[in-house]
Amino acid sequence: MKLKRSTVDALTSYGIVIAAFVIAQLLISSGSMSRALQGQMIPICVYIVMAVSLNLVVGISGELSLGHAGFMSVGAFTGAIVSTWLLGAFNMENTTLRLLFAIIAGGLVAAVAGVLIGIPVLRLRGDYLAIVTLAFGEIIRSVVNCLYFSLDAGRLYVSFNSPDIPGKMIVSGPAGTKAIKTIATFPAGFVLILFTLFIVLNLINSRSGRAIKASRDNRIAAEAVGVNVTKYKMMAFVISAMLAGMAGALYGLNFSTFTAAKFKFDTSILVLVFVVLGGIGNIWGSIVAAALLTVLPELLRAFSDYRMLVYAIVLILVMLATNSPVLRGLFARLANLLRGKGADAPEKGGISRV
Amino acid sequence: MVAFLRYLINGISLGSVYAIIALGYSMVYGIAKMLNFAHGDIIMIGAYIVYCVMVYLTMPPLIAVLCAVVVCTILGIVIERLAYKPLRQSASLAVLITAIGVSYFLQNAAMLIWGSNPKVFSSVFALGSLRLLNGELVISSETLLTIGANIVIMVALTLFTGKTKMGKAMRAVSEDKGAAELMGINVNRTISMTFAIGSALAAIAGALLCSTTNPNLVPTTGSMPGIKAFTAAVFGGIGSIPGALIGGLLLGVIEILGKAYISTELSDALVFAVLIIVLLFKPAGLLGKPMREKV
Repeated sequence: MKLKRSTVDALTSYGIVIAAFVIAQLLISSGSMSRALQGQMIPICVYIVMAVSLNLVVGISGELSLGHAGFMSVGAFTGAIVSTWLLGAFNMENTTLRLLFAIIAGGLVAAVAGVLIGIPVLRLRGDYLAIVTLAFGEIIRSVVNCLYFSLDAGRLYVSFNSPDIPGKMIVSGPAGTKAIKTIATFPAGFVLILFTLFIVLNLINSRSGRAIKASRDNRIAAEAVGVNVTKYKMMAFVISAMLAGMAGALYGLNFSTFTAAKFKFDTSILVLVFVVLGGIGNIWGSIVAAALLTVLPELLRAFSDYRMLVYAIVLILVMLATNSPVLRGLFARLANLLRGKGADAPEKGGISRV
Repeated sequence: MVAFLRYLINGISLGSVYAIIALGYSMVYGIAKMLNFAHGDIIMIGAYIVYCVMVYLTMPPLIAVLCAVVVCTILGIVIERLAYKPLRQSASLAVLITAIGVSYFLQNAAMLIWGSNPKVFSSVFALGSLRLLNGELVISSETLLTIGANIVIMVALTLFTGKTKMGKAMRAVSEDKGAAELMGINVNRTISMTFAIGSALAAIAGALLCSTTNPNLVPTTGSMPGIKAFTAAVFGGIGSIPGALIGGLLLGVIEILGKAYISTELSDALVFAVLIIVLLFKPAGLLGKPMREKV
């Protein structure tokens, strides 16, 4: 049996992720992983999913989005509410099942938000599109800050801008969620990564994925051959929002309380940094960058107070090293020397795309 | 009615600060085609310098502001040289991420130098206040000064870009970098100059911001006004000086009126919602030139 190249690549990807998970589990069970690093496992999974999903918009569909954390926020709050509601109204004690429903609900609500936001956003181009995604991210944060949810005898109450609702508060405006059961687990994060890879890799290698990439590379040419550009850009945007919502639900259920301020502009930027450092359009790059940069502040603990400063310097230096024409020319010449070829290889322009 | 007038004047004052910051964003974007996310943090550095010179060296406010302008100008030029210049030919996203790196760097450096406890900023210019309508409408001197500074800066910059050789060079570079270079314009020097002007304005904006609406100075003070000013620049049409003025003023007025009459929590959402609506109908901002697509 002969498999297509894309299928082999996808299977290899799943294999590597599964292997990484098994190694991490072995390290945890043998006790050779530090507590601090163990605590980072779920955030790593969450940020990997966030980075891969943002890469779908920024890399594959070619639109700069600065409001990705907004969808994460929607997912996180939906997940927390659904999980508490299932426990309160239906006495669903099984945490795995509750987590599953919470993540699905988070994904669905974020997808709906993606549709609503995508309609106006995708009418714009370039930097204007970027600023509007930023605006929506901030709007989501402000609106969530005004939402109050409570649970009373199995019934869910909602109010806007006023905390006067009966029962036990789940979400109380700017103070965020209250006493949510933390049911997120590392294996669940791992399954979510596999699911994300499955969706994104299949999408990229499908007819729709080629249409999305064609619209990115040349919108006018794509339209001329009959590609419905808006439809395919929308598809990428909504799928990305859905995955971010699922990641958000997992993230939210990892904390007993969290506020909307956790998902502000900085978080969107953080995920964008993963995507750009990993290589725009390169899914594996996103995964590696997200994992490394999430643990980097932890690894830099030796620098104590200076660690975020070192982080910033590392970030600037990496961007300079990978993008400065002078340094890149130097690397290319070095690589050619090592391979025994002559210098003066053709220069590649820009950041690599898929 | 008096309350409304008071909110309106406060809005114009806040809007003037946004307009001054937005000018820096707008000029840099027009010439270097990059979103300089570190701009907001230069405001913060400027405010800290003013604070330090006034409190530790007990100098008069005017000298403090001058010091801040000098420090921020140098800082702007150095940042441009070290972090942005090597990436002149790279993809715009790479430059954007570098700018974010610079922003993290400035915030954390400020955190290390000045700590995370807020420095309470006493007003730079306490000269008393203006009383109108039988003393019902009190306008503080800071408010008047902010509005005045904004007008002076706008006029000066319009004259500068319109009349001087350097200003014309800036306009030429923003229109077509290659052609400008062929005409003998030193593009690198022009870009450095733009960063210098933008950063100097940021220092002034920092002093004004902290003496009017934001007296508690912390290392993240600059980020939200930075984002809002960026929004204002886009709102008015990025790259245009009158656009930055109109965008900044509208944004400030909407924010203050929204806070007063609708909800404190939702005033930010309102600002951004107005931006989205404007961009849907005028995709290049209020005064921006529409983009033309060539096939």
